[in-house]
Amino acid sequence: MRKTADFAKKIYTALIFLFLYAPIATLIVLSFNASKTRAKWGGFTMDWYLSLMQDETILDALGTTLLIAFLSALIASVIGTVACIAMSGMKRRSRTVLMGITNIPMLNADIVTGISLMLLFISLGLRFGFGTILLSHITFNIPYVILSVLPRMKQLNPSVYEAALDLGAPPLTAFFKVTLPDLMPGILSGFLMAFTMSLDDFIITHFTKGAGINTLSTKIYTEVRKGIKPEMYALSTIIFVTVLVLLFLINMTPDKAQRKTDGKEETA
Amino acid sequence: MVTDLKKIWCVIIISLVILITAGCGAGEENDNVVIVYNWGEYIDPDMLDLFEEETGIHVIYDEFETNETMYPRVEAGAAEYDVVCPSDYMISKMIQNDLLLELDFEKLPNARQNIGAQYWQQSEGFDPGNRYSVPYCWGTVGILYNRTMVDEPITSWKQLWDEKYRDEILMQDSVRDAFMVAEKIYGYSMNTLDEKELLTVRDALIDQKPLVQAYVIDQVRDKMIGGEAAIGVIYSGEAIYTQYENSDLEYVIPEEGTNVWIDSWVILKNAPHQENAIKFIDFMCRSDVALKNFEYITYSTPNEAAKALIEDEEIKNSPVAFPDLTRYDNLETYIYLGEEGDMLYNELWKEVKSY
Repeated sequence: MRKTADFAKKIYTALIFLFLYAPIATLIVLSFNASKTRAKWGGFTMDWYLSLMQDETILDALGTTLLIAFLSALIASVIGTVACIAMSGMKRRSRTVLMGITNIPMLNADIVTGISLMLLFISLGLRFGFGTILLSHITFNIPYVILSVLPRMKQLNPSVYEAALDLGAPPLTAFFKVTLPDLMPGILSGFLMAFTMSLDDFIITHFTKGAGINTLSTKIYTEVRKGIKPEMYALSTIIFVTVLVLLFLINMTPDKAQRKTDGKEETA
Repeated sequence: MVTDLKKIWCVIIISLVILITAGCGAGEENDNVVIVYNWGEYIDPDMLDLFEEETGIHVIYDEFETNETMYPRVEAGAAEYDVVCPSDYMISKMIQNDLLLELDFEKLPNARQNIGAQYWQQSEGFDPGNRYSVPYCWGTVGILYNRTMVDEPITSWKQLWDEKYRDEILMQDSVRDAFMVAEKIYGYSMNTLDEKELLTVRDALIDQKPLVQAYVIDQVRDKMIGGEAAIGVIYSGEAIYTQYENSDLEYVIPEEGTNVWIDSWVILKNAPHQENAIKFIDFMCRSDVALKNFEYITYSTPNEAAKALIEDEEIKNSPVAFPDLTRYDNLETYIYLGEEGDMLYNELWKEVKSY
């Protein structure tokens, strides 16, 4: 009885992993396919990787995507954290109202956010380009940062900060030495969430981008009519492998200090 | 405490302002540019370099994936495009909404000389008087079938209703293309707004539904190459590519007639660089440039001079790439049906899809 239950568990896990990774595996296999169509195996080739390295438009799009994701996540983390500090000092009612307001953009359909941002930028007379994409990504990233920092904020013990003040630390020093380190895990997870949100956004970028600038998602989408180029499979494979290796490295050498702060949550 | 907080705020606000002005304010120093908005993968990139080299005009090139995603950006004036390449029905919508600039054909000698008369005539359907658009690519919609999986010659749209091919049929998953097939069988216009005709067409499509393997768009290509279906509705440009990959495939324009689609260059009314835009369009109509683009895109070119330069006799005389349009008297081109017409079509299509 026990054995069959164990067996069923394993099958179940295997199936879940299969469904999760089969599409990625297909993509990786296709990136080595000499034929352009997915229906035919034309033999093994590395050509797509070579031509990817020479394709300036794809590499440009990759650069823009990473830069936008990094900058927008960074700026949104700063703004979101500052907002959380302010919100934690508010009265209950105004805090709930503000929380509701910051949540709306998250619940809103992307296309509504995208078009309204586009119309806003037009009415402000901004030139569409890198700046407008960055602004809109910061805008939709802020709620995610707030969402992950605010719970952390509530767990803080205000007496610690007050104790630092009593011991003679100026408020700014007390904030950076005491409050911020305690908030760091929340800010980090908010940053990562914002980073991924920015990476795979298509619709908002489509409406707020200028002529001649592309992120990976808008670039890939333009190829839909004539068929996605195999270079894109190659690029996706490289990104997947990079992330995989990074995850392995992070998990192989766990940061001891990080573990200590996380320990509290794990036992709870 | 107060002064500290103020300092932080100052730093944050100042850095944001710098960022925004750096990102948005920095205008193009070089004003000798042309901003082009074209379909993805719809031009030979070398031709853009050649244009820059010959004219000194810098090309800012941007791409879209469907007419419907292009339109709101252009209408709102988001990125001040000069030249756009929409399809037929979208051009008639843009004309109706007063978005296009009337072209000065005095400045388009290559377009006047090289584009064949029949394409100008076909354009009249969506651009009466040929005042706003210059044809760039064109093609037909027809049936692609696998010779090894079919035992009779395919000649008619009606064969898509044949019980024999149950689960072997691929239909296009777009309103106009699906309706066009049935409309042609009944001999209706593909731009009809007659409610009774449309209801007949809807019922025919519902009848056909159990036989259809899938409603797809770009997967027709891969599914037909892989032999996953016997018979499918496809665009002629795609058909050439599929035949290259699988020699069992055959493309045919059904006898009831079909849709001739045309993608054309237009210039926007609020284009900031109209002179450069004209130069760009005329450059694209030069025979050597059009030939390179044809070889890259593989969609049929309306440029007769470029067609004469094609060396491969097989392609030049290919009935798929260059069908003799004069043989058919029932070819049409989509026009914009108006908001109500669009709604009616979409409503009926939803009924078909959800039946």
